Amino acid sequence: MKKFDKNKLILGLAAPVLAIVTALVITSVIIGVTGKDPFHAYQVMVDFGSKSDSQVWIINKATPYYLSALAVAIGFRMNLFNIGVDGQYRIAAFFAAVVGGSLALPGFIQIPVIILVAMAVGAIWAGIAGLLKVTRNVNEVISTIMLNAIGASIIGYLLQDGRLAEKEGNLIHTPYLPDSAHFFEIPTQPKPIFGFVVIAALAGAAYWFVLNRTRFGFDLRTVGRSESAAQASGVSVKRMIITAMLLSGAMAGLVGMPTLLGVSYNYGTDFPTGIGFTGIAIALLGRNNPIGMALAALLWGFLERTGTQLEFEGYAQEIVGVIQGVIVLCVVIAYEIVRRYGLKAQQRKVGEELAAQARKSDKAEASA
Amino acid sequence: MKGPLVRRVSTITAAGITAAALAFTLTACGESSTESGGGGKGKGIGLAFDVGGRDDHSFNESAARGMDKADKEFGYTSKAMTAKNGETEADREQRLNSLAEAGYNPVIGVGFNYAKSVEKVAKDHPKTTFAVVDSVAPGNNIDSITFGEHEGSYLAGVAAALKSKNHKVGFIGGVNNALIQKFQAGFEQGAKATDPSAEVTSEYLYANNDKGFNDPAAAKEKAKGMLDRGIDVIYTAAGLSGNGSIEAIAGQKGAWAIGVDSDQYQQPGLDKYKASILTSVVKNVDVSVFDVAKSVKDGKPLTGPHQYLLKDGGVSLATSGGFIDDIKDKIEAAKKSIVDGQVKVRTSP
Repeated sequence: MKKFDKNKLILGLAAPVLAIVTALVITSVIIGVTGKDPFHAYQVMVDFGSKSDSQVWIINKATPYYLSALAVAIGFRMNLFNIGVDGQYRIAAFFAAVVGGSLALPGFIQIPVIILVAMAVGAIWAGIAGLLKVTRNVNEVISTIMLNAIGASIIGYLLQDGRLAEKEGNLIHTPYLPDSAHFFEIPTQPKPIFGFVVIAALAGAAYWFVLNRTRFGFDLRTVGRSESAAQASGVSVKRMIITAMLLSGAMAGLVGMPTLLGVSYNYGTDFPTGIGFTGIAIALLGRNNPIGMALAALLWGFLERTGTQLEFEGYAQEIVGVIQGVIVLCVVIAYEIVRRYGLKAQQRKVGEELAAQARKSDKAEASA
Repeated sequence: MKGPLVRRVSTITAAGITAAALAFTLTACGESSTESGGGGKGKGIGLAFDVGGRDDHSFNESAARGMDKADKEFGYTSKAMTAKNGETEADREQRLNSLAEAGYNPVIGVGFNYAKSVEKVAKDHPKTTFAVVDSVAPGNNIDSITFGEHEGSYLAGVAAALKSKNHKVGFIGGVNNALIQKFQAGFEQGAKATDPSAEVTSEYLYANNDKGFNDPAAAKEKAKGMLDRGIDVIYTAAGLSGNGSIEAIAGQKGAWAIGVDSDQYQQPGLDKYKASILTSVVKNVDVSVFDVAKSVKDGKPLTGPHQYLLKDGGVSLATSGGFIDDIKDKIEAAKKSIVDGQVKVRTSP
């Protein structure tokens, strides 16, 4: 029993190690082909990435990525591909900014109100896709990606001078949130860390607890493994789909909050886009595991932080994008290889045991 | 089956990693990157591009020409860096910060997206001169450069209305924001003033995503759609995306493209299509970039808002190719009426 566990642990570590080593080799070759020294690039990345202001930058950058990955992972765990996190967090942040900008309440009410509005809007937006899936059997990949486009158009329509936004120079944005809505910061040097990292950590803990330690989480994972089996054991698959989409959307609603409550204090034409898609990559990389995704989000932040520095050192700016893509591919492939290897090893072991048993009984028969 | 031991081990490992990561961060060990940066002045211009990069044959390229001129005249080795699609404030701040830390002066954010980050980073580097193109940012070491795009676009509208055989002209904007609306407003007003019966169609690639300046495929489709509807002169204000629409227009005989920001007829990258480029609304970003570099060099850095209008030569209509020589007089007349103030060009449609 103990030996088997050790094997499992080694197998578990093998996948990420294999992936990272392969990714490093491939990236080195690519950098080499562009005529640059890959080892110098890694040295620049490590040196620059470990500076104290880089650490702060990376954590701040990783916070929304992590929330986005959680939102995606909720869907993944039950085989739902919520590709619409991008639209969900943007429309959520937009309406949260509109509501927040029109209210002036004390901070301890104002901030929760903004966050709840964001979660509610995100949930509704994702819920549409869930509803379409259970009532009309519309594939959620199609509906969520369509809803991304619809969301962007709605924001584009409302985000105009005279509608829900105001003009400031060439930027158009919703009215600024009052000071009471500014989220707290953790005073690190030289720049502070956004306090929303605490919420992200709590969200990660909640994700782990709900999925692994509650009846609901069990049902959700069961549906993910096999819908028919879940149905047969009395789980309402339709209800689970709707609930999972709502939860995923609510989590997506949090993605824009670090930016809204900590940086921009409004939703404008310069509000970051595309974090929902980054979340998919991070959820894949972190294998839907709350800690794995946290590390993946930090890795992403690290790569982006050091990427600009690489450009400064004369490397092509696109290198970081290549590294990111290669890592994700390697991780997906490495896990599959290790999974198959593990399966084969297990089969062999079981086969050997059975054979041994058969031999034993043969012997017993012979002697009898 | 996963035994209880493994679960405990992985929990412990996880807790350990988290604790280590936290400890690493809270002590914020090591120096900050700002402490190690050298401050050698006079290295040259630090240019931070918007999406699309240096070779967009348009807006960024114009800024780059100003930088090249400064390099040549002052012996600078300037540095240019490029934005990615879907950037955040943090990315832009980092880019400007790196340039300022490395001792580049002035540091110029090319594009209105840099307004806030320039304002913020300029505060941390009071001895460096910053500039932002297409926007106004407060700060006593910031030069805010804006252009009279609406005036240049008005002239483009005049030319388009005169050259359209079907009396149908089109405008394609990269992103529906206040800046690009200036182009649209001027173009529509100029076309209507010249030919009241002309039909002006204005469309945007993206409502609010800056990818619109970096998506030639989308512009190509948009332009094809317009051509199919009989629109035969199309003005595209969309940075790098404009290459796509020029390509589509060049595929149709008798249709004209109007370029933007740089004189696109002269762009080597667009050589294949130049017979279809009627003219370009040139925005002399290069002049403004050189101006601020020279001012720093002379020890009298430019600060505060600076407008480069039609009357200052900040914007103009390119004549290369000679396709608008036959209507030169009418364009000159329109130009004069704007410069004299008889015609007031709107800045929003």
